Amino acid sequence: MKSLFLVSFLAPSAPVGSRPFSQHLTTKCFGKQLHFHSRCVLFSSYTCSATLSVVPDLQEKETFDGEKASLLLKDLRKTFNSGKTKSYEWRISQLEGIAKMLEEKEKEILDALNKDLSKPGLEGYISEVSQAKSSCSEALQELKHWMKPEKVKTSFTTLPSSAEIVSEPLGAVLVISTWNFPFLLSMDPVIGAISAGNAVVLKPSEIAPATSSLLANLIEGYLDNSAIRVVEGAIPETTALLEQKWDKILYTGSARVGRIVMAAAAKHLTPVILELGGKCPAVVDSDVNLQVTARRIIGGKWACNSGQACISVDYIITRKEFAPKLINALKEELKQFFGEDLMESKDMSRIVSPTQFSRLVKLLDEDKVSDKIVFGGQRDEMKLKIAPTIILDVPDDAMVMQEEIFGPIMPIITVENIEDSFGIIKSKPKPLAAYLFTNNEQLKKAYVENISSGGMLINDTVIHVATRGLPFGGVEESGMGCYHGKFSFDSFSHKKSVLYRSFDADSSLRFPPYTPEKEKLLKAIFSGNIIRIILTLLGWS
Amino acid sequence: MEINGEFLEETVRELRQYFRSGSTRSVTWRKNQLTALLDLVHKNEDAISESLYQDLGKHPVEAFRDEIGAIGKSATYSLSCVEKWMAPKKSDIPLLFFPAKGEVLAEPLGVVLIFSSWNFPIMLALDPLIGAIAAGNVVVIKPSEQAPACSSFLANTIPRYLDSNAIRVIEGGAAVSQQLLLHKWDKIFFTGSPRVARFVMSAAAKNLTPVTLELGGKCPAILDSLPNPSDFKLAVKRIVGGKWGPCSGQACIGIDYVLVEEKVSSHLVELLKKIIRRFYGDNPIESKVISRIVNKQNFTRLCNLLKDPLVAASIVHGGSVEEKHLFIEPTILLDPPLDADVMTEEIFGPLLPIITVNKIGESIEFINSRPKPLAIYAFTKDETLKRRILTETSSGSVTFNDTMVQFLCDTLPFGGVGQSGFGRYHGKYSFDTFSHEKAVMHRSLCLEIEPRYPPWSKFKLEFLRLAYKLNYFGLLLHILGLKRYK
Repeated sequence: MKSLFLVSFLAPSAPVGSRPFSQHLTTKCFGKQLHFHSRCVLFSSYTCSATLSVVPDLQEKETFDGEKASLLLKDLRKTFNSGKTKSYEWRISQLEGIAKMLEEKEKEILDALNKDLSKPGLEGYISEVSQAKSSCSEALQELKHWMKPEKVKTSFTTLPSSAEIVSEPLGAVLVISTWNFPFLLSMDPVIGAISAGNAVVLKPSEIAPATSSLLANLIEGYLDNSAIRVVEGAIPETTALLEQKWDKILYTGSARVGRIVMAAAAKHLTPVILELGGKCPAVVDSDVNLQVTARRIIGGKWACNSGQACISVDYIITRKEFAPKLINALKEELKQFFGEDLMESKDMSRIVSPTQFSRLVKLLDEDKVSDKIVFGGQRDEMKLKIAPTIILDVPDDAMVMQEEIFGPIMPIITVENIEDSFGIIKSKPKPLAAYLFTNNEQLKKAYVENISSGGMLINDTVIHVATRGLPFGGVEESGMGCYHGKFSFDSFSHKKSVLYRSFDADSSLRFPPYTPEKEKLLKAIFSGNIIRIILTLLGWS
Repeated sequence: MEINGEFLEETVRELRQYFRSGSTRSVTWRKNQLTALLDLVHKNEDAISESLYQDLGKHPVEAFRDEIGAIGKSATYSLSCVEKWMAPKKSDIPLLFFPAKGEVLAEPLGVVLIFSSWNFPIMLALDPLIGAIAAGNVVVIKPSEQAPACSSFLANTIPRYLDSNAIRVIEGGAAVSQQLLLHKWDKIFFTGSPRVARFVMSAAAKNLTPVTLELGGKCPAILDSLPNPSDFKLAVKRIVGGKWGPCSGQACIGIDYVLVEEKVSSHLVELLKKIIRRFYGDNPIESKVISRIVNKQNFTRLCNLLKDPLVAASIVHGGSVEEKHLFIEPTILLDPPLDADVMTEEIFGPLLPIITVNKIGESIEFINSRPKPLAIYAFTKDETLKRRILTETSSGSVTFNDTMVQFLCDTLPFGGVGQSGFGRYHGKYSFDTFSHEKAVMHRSLCLEIEPRYPPWSKFKLEFLRLAYKLNYFGLLLHILGLKRYK
């Protein structure tokens, strides 16, 4: 059983849907042998994956169950416990492996993204490949610095001593990724997990099957498979993985599944990072440069995976008399970007799946909504395309204003005073990002102070997540924990406090038998007041 | 006061409303509350000592060292730093995004719930509270019902000193905890056992509430064969201090067991006995210097650990118990069986197993074969061993050549890993634990980088390729049409 499972893991997977697991054939031919020499296969299989790859695809799909998940984890723990992944050299070699993979397989990656989402090549490059590259190169560049123990001052109470905070890997971590940026949202956390020296299992989203299978292939080819693995699959595979005890789980996806992941983690006391979404508002004041604003909004909505992004603009709030101007500017710029016939544009992603397509159509077809469409509204079920659609002043109880849209529909809500937007935003769960376009410094200040969200960007959209030095993560319904750059490293590390004391200068103060004098001196020391301490020592206090 | 669902509903609603009013966000409010908390501690030293004595038989000096003094120190530190902590942290933005600025703003999470524990019933309630206040939250504290005097002290005194619109104490046992967990909190801070922690986290998952879990574990002390007798003696003294000192071993960072080389074990036992006698007298029950066991249930649990015949046979010192006073004598066990409960469970009491190894280096493997503890203590002058302990084991903290004092270090994060919990607090870390770090980026509406937008072209791709490499010179050449491509 064990050997079968391993073989199945090491077998390179390729085409969408049916993975060419080789164990069927292997079992037929060598079943007995494998059974008796499972240990031997365990070791040899790492090296013989190349030979296995020529085995034709004759398998039925083997299910990945709890037992297999537990064996997989055992394997990874063995590697982790050997200490291999802790070394700086190993981490660098793996990060270099990723860098190499990104360099060599860029075309394959962009093709897979195109297959899954019709993502235009350049968009795929901007939002996924290049982000993964910069994340990887930052890690390569900074890792030594990140790994350095942080010296801290010690207090008077514990003198003489020295102290430091050491970052150590957590162990075996699980990354469950999602389909909208299926490459980046898989690789970025994996880069963090590797930087911190963990063994890692990646479960890419089955809803982006081409990218999922490409990731399985590439990671097997470029990285150390004794510590880094990909498990492809859907709910049953995820469930099997979640039954195991991990040392950290990073999940990107919906709040509903986030709850399931956290509840599963609770059984093993596993800390979690949940990267969820939410309705990210963009408040547009009337004193802005219309053209730039419109372009940046489009950049953060339709040019951002057709709005299928957790940080994409979900809805706009603007002043009543400004709305027509803004709508015109949006229409104008949309044409500039995507041409006259928006449905035909090759520069815009499609909707990922029929399920998502029909969900979005339902949002548009709701009675309260369908007569509010001021632009777009066209759809093509065959191509899974929905045109950029603007709807004006839908009631707040419409589904499109209640749930995260995650698609190319943009409601515009109008208010009398721009400050009224605060109430609307606050009446909804805290979003992952909040945007504001204005030149009014006071409004900026009020927005930053009053609106709570994962991240916040003034006068632009989306690019804050690509910014080094800023943490990426939500709050409340938009998630917990954060990553990106150093924050990824920290999230996948345990910060161990280390205190060094010497055998000199011991004070019997802390020890019984307790006397009133000891109590007095102790009080003086805790007060941190040196004069009081001296006085007490001299018996003058 | 009857705690029912309706009452709690109303309390949480009121608290949330108060949080929304924004009152708790100001520096003034936070500083006022911290000052009031200091005032509470100073003015009620005797009452606190008295409550701790009632609940645990803690000596007033011990109470001051571990609770009153430590709280005062922690609150003073936060008070002096809170303004600095609140200041937005500037972050560098690549030139590519010019003109832009980035900062990380700490904002309060909202309504937070603190579950404290009975072993340091004042410290473990007020220390997290300091962090929650410093970060500008409104707070509900649920003190442990197993330290009833302290619980009622907190419930009665906190409203007299702190802003009751924002800080409430709700007393009760498991039933009340369950009620509390039905509500939506913005953070739950829990100190206690892994078993209860699982419930807490499962309940938190329903509302996507982040949790900090401060649990325990079997904290080992590695004692190397120190050649200098005075060093060895001091080490043993600190071991006694770290075992029976804090609440008679009922402490999550107390020493659970000692690892030592076989050749020095008998010397260790002799020294331990001597120091125990010096600290606690010939009759420790009479000494009043050592805390008692918290309650009947824990007393029985500890007695049962000793009842195992093989464990009983390993007793080399102490072992006497007195049910009436819930007292267990400082007890030393030499090499009890490793599969006995005393070596598989967290002891959380005054029993100290000594485990002998051939070479002290073997203790690393011994520790690694068990769940990750909250603390590891090691007495050694051997730098190689220190290095090995640091890199090869995992624990919440490591302290060399002393015990317990890491808890008092405001600059060090306090928290576990694996079975000993996750999340951390103390000093700035408390503030961070109760804050959300909001990433804020400001851009201006002039200067636009066109290649961000469709329609996509080869020129734009090349532009971005250079831009992401932050190759500004290459970018310039590219824009001017001067760059050559392979």
